[in-house]
Amino acid sequence: MLKLPVSQMEELFASIASEQSLYLPLETNGLIAFSRWEEGKQARFDQLHCAGSVKDFFFPQTENLALFKTSGKEIHIEENRDPEEAFVVFGVRACDAGSLSILDRVFYDEPADTFYQTRRRQGLIITVACNAPEETCFCHTFGLDAADPGGDVAVWLLEDMLYWDSRTEKGHALTERLRGLFEEAGDQGEETVRKGKADIGKIIDRLPLRDLSLERFAGDGMMEKFDAPQWESLQEACLGCGTCTFVCPTCHCYDIRDFDTGHGIRRFRCWDSCMFSDFTLMAHGNPRPSRLARFRQRFMHKLAYYPENHEGLYACVGCGRCITKCPVSMNITKVIKTLGVDQHA
Amino acid sequence: MRSGETLIPVLGVVTEIRRETPDVKTFRVSAPGGGAVFPHMPGQCAMLSIPGVGEAMFSITTSPTTKAYMEFSIKQTGLLTDWLHGMEPGQQVAIRGPYGNAFPLETELKGKDLLFIAGGIGLAPLRAVILYVRHYRDNYGKVDLVYGARSKEDLVFYEEVSKDWASSEDMQVHLTIDRAQEGWEGNVGFVPDFVRSLDFSPKCSTLVCGPPIMIKLTLDALWGMGFDRTKTFTTMELKMKCGVGKCGRCNIGSKYVCKDGPVFRCDELAELPDEY
Repeated sequence: MLKLPVSQMEELFASIASEQSLYLPLETNGLIAFSRWEEGKQARFDQLHCAGSVKDFFFPQTENLALFKTSGKEIHIEENRDPEEAFVVFGVRACDAGSLSILDRVFYDEPADTFYQTRRRQGLIITVACNAPEETCFCHTFGLDAADPGGDVAVWLLEDMLYWDSRTEKGHALTERLRGLFEEAGDQGEETVRKGKADIGKIIDRLPLRDLSLERFAGDGMMEKFDAPQWESLQEACLGCGTCTFVCPTCHCYDIRDFDTGHGIRRFRCWDSCMFSDFTLMAHGNPRPSRLARFRQRFMHKLAYYPENHEGLYACVGCGRCITKCPVSMNITKVIKTLGVDQHA
Repeated sequence: MRSGETLIPVLGVVTEIRRETPDVKTFRVSAPGGGAVFPHMPGQCAMLSIPGVGEAMFSITTSPTTKAYMEFSIKQTGLLTDWLHGMEPGQQVAIRGPYGNAFPLETELKGKDLLFIAGGIGLAPLRAVILYVRHYRDNYGKVDLVYGARSKEDLVFYEEVSKDWASSEDMQVHLTIDRAQEGWEGNVGFVPDFVRSLDFSPKCSTLVCGPPIMIKLTLDALWGMGFDRTKTFTTMELKMKCGVGKCGRCNIGSKYVCKDGPVFRCDELAELPDEY
């Protein structure tokens, strides 16, 4: 493990940014979001979650796929990829870092999505441990550890010191390049981090969602959950606005659309949401015609369908963005509590 | 495909267009240099698109034993299909695939007596299977086709079915239309009732394709006759965008129709939510 005084963090950012684009939690118009760092910009590690999740770097809200030129009966097809860049996202929390292994399974599944694959190859994740997990946090429910957040490099900010622990080949290569900035953390540093992690653990133990458990969701019984009568009352307040799907680090539904630029047809993909009624609408009808069906789809996907296809792994990382952002205060923890308990009562 | 990226289509050229019914046309598509655009197995689909108009999944109605081209029989029903119905031979289209699984012609269905049951445009994917089975005729047992539509004019591939197939010793063809009409001497009635009236052995392997309601009622009829869910296959169709199980909209429970389907064995389907 290496260390660097927090007062020299700007130097670290500058060194990283000299060769790769560096994204950090920065404040713009009162909103903290991952933005491109430039000299003089203050990184904001005091807020746990950026408005958008780290998903946005690998599966952006919109991206170009192809460009078509048509004349008469002829069509010309060109690939039209957005430019690639080598980049570092610094300040990713355990939840967001965990979301990437969920998305990887979808986009790497054959045939792999080469757009996502390219960005994963180009991107490096530096996580930061959460010194103060919040009451909307429940990453522990999914086996993630806010105190040991993973990524290519894991960072702890403790007692005016930045502790740096590189975890992957990519992380080692970056560390090698920046080596001159760091000192060895030594036994004392290791001890500080150990204590820091224990302190975080104590906070997690006191969180309101500490005991949220998916035990009752494990195993078969997909149809039992699908048919549960509780969906009716759970979906009542839902506006179908799709906010939860857009802020969610694991939601990955997309649409493919064409746009006539005036000098060619640009085919792009963009986020879509299973909460929208036209998501599954076909010329001959809609298999999910009700809000109940759409609401149920989102949670069944995360808690039953995805796990069935991926060895029991749930498609939620407990970041709590949906809790904070839902206009009617409906969220996955309520679904877990209601379906996990009541149906067996 | 150039980049190995499945979402980027390649070019196809429409070389021939045939009108099948008042609202169905068959489009023959070849690669620009000739030949099928890509290899496939019966039951698989392709994404066809006209840039700026739309892209949608269609079943490939020709058998892979036809090397020179592939065909799509398409019902005029929305924006893209309106456009396709208005085009003329020589038109290029963007095409990608093949997508989905196929009927298990080389495994579960090999050597079996086959009963095909189709309604309306549902014969399109089954035609690929029938052409394949006729090409490798010795690999299969008895072959029966029950095919129905609203009227005689709505029977897709009518010439081929009533002349080539019906007169062939390879297979038995049983046609029906919903309501009696002049000049029709065949059966009148809905497909499920017609199936009940014909004396098929429930030991047949059965392939059912058609509008959702026709599939549901036909399957009910088959179960009533003692047919085996593990030997009965059908195809599903839901809205699709990616074709590879990622964009998230064509799932029935944990299965993606574009990737795990479109062909499903009825015992597998029974374990999924009724959301199709």
